[in-house]
Amino acid sequence: MTLAVAATNDWLRRFAQSVVDNEQLLTDLDAAIGDADHGSNLRRGTLAVVEQLETEPASTIGGALRAAGMTLISTVGGASGVLYGTFLLRMATSVADRATATAPEVIAALRAGLEGVRTRGHAELGDKTMVDVLAPAIDALDAAVASGASLADAASTAAIAAQAARDATTGLVARRGRASYLGDRSVGHVDPGAASTALLFAALAGALAETTAVDA
Amino acid sequence: MKKLISSPESVVVDALRGMAAAHPELSVDLERRIVYRARPKEHGTVALVSGGGSGHEPLHAGFVGFGMLDAACAGAVFTSPTPDQVLDATRAVDRGAGVLHIVKNYTGDVLSFELAAELAAEARIDVRTVVVADDVAVTDSLYTAGRRGTGTTVLLERIVGAAAEQGFDLDEVHALAERVAAAGRSMGIALSGATVPAAGRPTFTLGDDEIEWGVGSHGEPGRERQPMAAAPELAARLVQPLIDDGLGTGDAIVMLSGLGATPLIELYGMLAAVTPLLEQHGVRPVRVLVGDYITSLDMAGCLLTVLPVDDELLSYWDSPVDTPALRWGRS
Repeated sequence: MTLAVAATNDWLRRFAQSVVDNEQLLTDLDAAIGDADHGSNLRRGTLAVVEQLETEPASTIGGALRAAGMTLISTVGGASGVLYGTFLLRMATSVADRATATAPEVIAALRAGLEGVRTRGHAELGDKTMVDVLAPAIDALDAAVASGASLADAASTAAIAAQAARDATTGLVARRGRASYLGDRSVGHVDPGAASTALLFAALAGALAETTAVDA
Repeated sequence: MKKLISSPESVVVDALRGMAAAHPELSVDLERRIVYRARPKEHGTVALVSGGGSGHEPLHAGFVGFGMLDAACAGAVFTSPTPDQVLDATRAVDRGAGVLHIVKNYTGDVLSFELAAELAAEARIDVRTVVVADDVAVTDSLYTAGRRGTGTTVLLERIVGAAAEQGFDLDEVHALAERVAAAGRSMGIALSGATVPAAGRPTFTLGDDEIEWGVGSHGEPGRERQPMAAAPELAARLVQPLIDDGLGTGDAIVMLSGLGATPLIELYGMLAAVTPLLEQHGVRPVRVLVGDYITSLDMAGCLLTVLPVDDELLSYWDSPVDTPALRWGRS
């Protein structure tokens, strides 16, 4: 199975919905080790993406991701706007003008996105950032596809891995972003960016599961 | 939460509308949340763009005007402006001599201005960037996002703004900015946390007998929680870290800024306690600002900034400035 334009749009819509549903949680996590604005900022940005999907629907996966990335960059603010935007823009460049993307193409795009976030944010694995969810979730997706799982099943495996990785950020000391000023005091808290990234993978799994159901 | 606002969502735009009403000498783009001078600079002069999260008023929009900034980009509360916003401001103020971006060292601000500078370069606008990282509270720059940008930003905008007004080219303006950024040092203490309107409650809480020593301007923790003390002891806790960090001696510009909820009477009292300590260390305050210049919403506490200066820097400082929050020497 593949990722289609409709599923890509559905992914972005589901992400927005889960950000709205979890706005308070994201804000609370950010209040603990940051500045209490991750939920409201991401809500503003993802709702702008949804509005754009409705007014200017894209005909390619790359088009949809590029438009969403630009919208996040221009509406979210802070580091997370630039980083989520960079993630989607790099994915867009990787999948380009395809109307559907195969599992390897999706994985390559996600890896390109991860590389963009790493480079732009100067963050490495273990720094207690969104990278700590992106990397293991993409690895899990990759491994599941390699062992013969469908893209939908692999995405659901990735979503579970993302949740575990999100929870594992609790034990990490923040070394990038505003939480880094807490030093050891950042231990014991989930990273807010890691939490929203886990929502991104849950949304992908949801969108692909829906596609599978429709296909069946 | 009890605040004089219409809604958490509209707080930034409402404040910008108020600025526009109060200051006809400014031109406020409410859509893009950018504050410009109503009367742009002459062609061939370097322009200065800054910006950052809202909630630090009068920084930055209050420093737009003759002798300081050409444009200020307002982000959401405690959130950096977006790259496209910075790009728009940069394009609008460029007078063909290039643009200096003045950035406080926070991850979001740095990323936004970095991306904006890349986009501006594609649009063939010459951009240089100075990142202010003057907060000595952060001792471990290797394992953090580095020292935060605080009070020196205000002094830099004034000094560099004067040089730009006098016709310095972009390289000269940039070099001067780097010099000021390297020399300035700041240290702050909080007596209470700040309440972000969208969050509705303080980002941290302190007991009646506690202070946050070295607090960041969004309520990031400082070096440690300490017991509350009388002003002379608190003054020592502010001054000593600056000295220990290698603060230069001689003439200096001193700024004691309130964080938003501390009355002027306390700030003046603190200044009275700070001044002799600086003098003991050979730092002579020759120009002093006391008041709310870089705030953190409704946080109580203060931020001490000291910038050693020579006659040249002092002459820029003293030259005419005409902005909502800083104004002298111009009739």
